Amino acid sequence: MIDTSHIGRELPVHSVDVERGRLRFFARAIGETDAVYSDLSAAQAAGHPDLPVPPTFLFCLEMEVPDPFAFYADMGIHVSQILHGEQHFTYHAPVHAGDQVTFRARISDIYSKKGGKLEFVVKDTEVSNQKQTPVATLRSVIVVRNP
Amino acid sequence: MALPSFEDIEVGDALPELTHPPITRLQLALYAGASGDHNPMHVDIDFVKQAGLEDVFAHGMLGMAWLGRLVTQWVPQTALRHLDARFLDIVPVHAQITSRGRVTRKFTEDGENRVELEIENVDGEGKASTSGRAVVALD
Repeated sequence: MIDTSHIGRELPVHSVDVERGRLRFFARAIGETDAVYSDLSAAQAAGHPDLPVPPTFLFCLEMEVPDPFAFYADMGIHVSQILHGEQHFTYHAPVHAGDQVTFRARISDIYSKKGGKLEFVVKDTEVSNQKQTPVATLRSVIVVRNP
Repeated sequence: MALPSFEDIEVGDALPELTHPPITRLQLALYAGASGDHNPMHVDIDFVKQAGLEDVFAHGMLGMAWLGRLVTQWVPQTALRHLDARFLDIVPVHAQITSRGRVTRKFTEDGENRVELEIENVDGEGKASTSGRAVVALD
């Protein structure tokens, strides 16, 4: 069983630069055909100051740390036990290439189902930009399968 | 494309569907690189076989990115207020997935007219691998 004293635990804060080239690569990888996400002039014609960060890409930037699974290991969870159960994004302000975003995450809940066979870890992350403006709130629900 | 207007939209209205090309190993490799999710279960069949599975499967977040595209091809992303997804089942390589959605609620929140959408990814048999919800603001 995961020690529920981890509830409330804060993860190390980290900041990431949003890069145009990475956004173009991501757009290609998801089959995005809307030029707004890869062509600067199309983005600007649509009213964006630079290429916009598409809806799910903040999740990728949140993973941009040397070992994104380190805190699971600290809780005694092996990566092979983990499934991504749910992902939520609530958007407060747009994010574009050239911004720097900062992630502040905490473990907000840990609970079990099926007599402990499945455990759930809920992580909430507040994302802000270089002007300290809140841009998004992310929630990840991770399912841990116990043997 | 004309923007949908809050007044004209009705609960039950469907969004234009988005059918994706069958998933290739190349796409999973590109998504691994672009997303930064290097989990070998999505790209390395040797690793997958050692883990007791037959073949690689798609990143769950690739499916969620497609749900994002479903919404942003309908309204500009600046209208998107919320997006969530539950990962119900793995999506094997070669699967052909369709993203679809419909309006489930019209309401006013934070001084905006908003519409809630039920969204999902389904395979050729209509079986959902990802389902979720989006909220968009409309004039």
